[in-house]
Amino acid sequence: METMIVDVVTPDGHVYNGDVNMVSARAQSGELGILPRHIPMVAPLSVGSVRLKDGSNVKLVAVSGGFIEVRSDRVTILAEAAEMPSDIDVARARAAKERAERRVAASQEEVDFKRAQLALKRALTRLEVAEGDK
Amino acid sequence: MASLREIKNRIGSTKKTRQITKAMQMVSAAKLNRAQTNAQSYEPYTQKIRDVVASIASSHSDASHPMLEEREVKKTGYVIITSDRGLAGAYNAGLIRSLIDTINARHNSSDEYELFVLGRIGSDLLKRKGLEVRKQVTGIADSPSFSEIKEVTRESVQMFESEEVDELYLWYNHFMSPIRQDVTEQKLLPLTDLAEESINQSYEYEPSEEAILEQLLPQYAESLIYGALLDAKASEFGARMTAMSAATDNANQMIDDLTLKYNRARQAAITQEINEIVGGASALE
Repeated sequence: METMIVDVVTPDGHVYNGDVNMVSARAQSGELGILPRHIPMVAPLSVGSVRLKDGSNVKLVAVSGGFIEVRSDRVTILAEAAEMPSDIDVARARAAKERAERRVAASQEEVDFKRAQLALKRALTRLEVAEGDK
Repeated sequence: MASLREIKNRIGSTKKTRQITKAMQMVSAAKLNRAQTNAQSYEPYTQKIRDVVASIASSHSDASHPMLEEREVKKTGYVIITSDRGLAGAYNAGLIRSLIDTINARHNSSDEYELFVLGRIGSDLLKRKGLEVRKQVTGIADSPSFSEIKEVTRESVQMFESEEVDELYLWYNHFMSPIRQDVTEQKLLPLTDLAEESINQSYEYEPSEEAILEQLLPQYAESLIYGALLDAKASEFGARMTAMSAATDNANQMIDDLTLKYNRARQAAITQEINEIVGGASALE
């Protein structure tokens, strides 16, 4: 099966680099599935998990926004933060989730609310990715 | 002439100082190594974003974004990266001096600029010179992660977005080599130099170029600040290593001089003692 190189990059360095058959990610305009030889494309991602399919093997990566750059043989995901399941501290993510939930409930202002919601989404993504690996 | 004991004490204290400077030199060398690795792992990220932004900017589309356009400058923002700790030679002082010179030359009153300072030494120096610091961040780790400084990067980029400042400059020491750091001023926003870069890729944009710029440009600007911080960290350790190795050399020189002095004084004392004995003996004859 044809493969493409996937590179997940953050300011702190490479998070993942390897060959996969398919990438599916949640872009802001909807779910994206990318196979090798896709037309070059750039799309912003929403906070969520990215699935990297390699044969029957599926890897999950938690991504906090950023965007995806697609070329025919190479996919690059650029995010401010991205984590593989093995790098996620489940206890911390759970604490962050609870904190975010409280903040969502308590916040009055629009901005605070949005921020808390984003934090909650990030925490949920982390938990989802960490648990999906088990 | 100083007494034997005094000289001996000075030799002892200089040796202790040398021990400290030597240890700091070695620690800085190790940290410099780490900082350089960090700077390298950051490079692909910014390179990629720059590619994409440049390809949008050069695609001659109608897509535009406030961050790409120059506007009339009423207020200027400066992001200044200094260190938290001293003992790094002229690392901070040089940066602050040329910053103040530039500010004095560019602006007539303090209403025309805002200062964001990373690092305690820099903000202390600026405050002592009577400049107002809008925000300071201290306690940055030696190899900082992006999330640590996100707040200050976000705030400064937002200042530009909300038109509180009309341009944003970045001041830091650029790492040339372990023994050379150059004070650098980089224009962060608006991003004007992108279109000149060569492009070898054109993309489909999903959903639109504007939407991508919307997300990409703040991310890019923030990552540039982070990149400068990594660069500045490498410079800091380089500067400290050089300063400490100079201090160690000086201490060695001083110890040599003092040892020479000590031996001379000891010799003089012995000679004097012999003279006294000989004198005493001949007086008895």
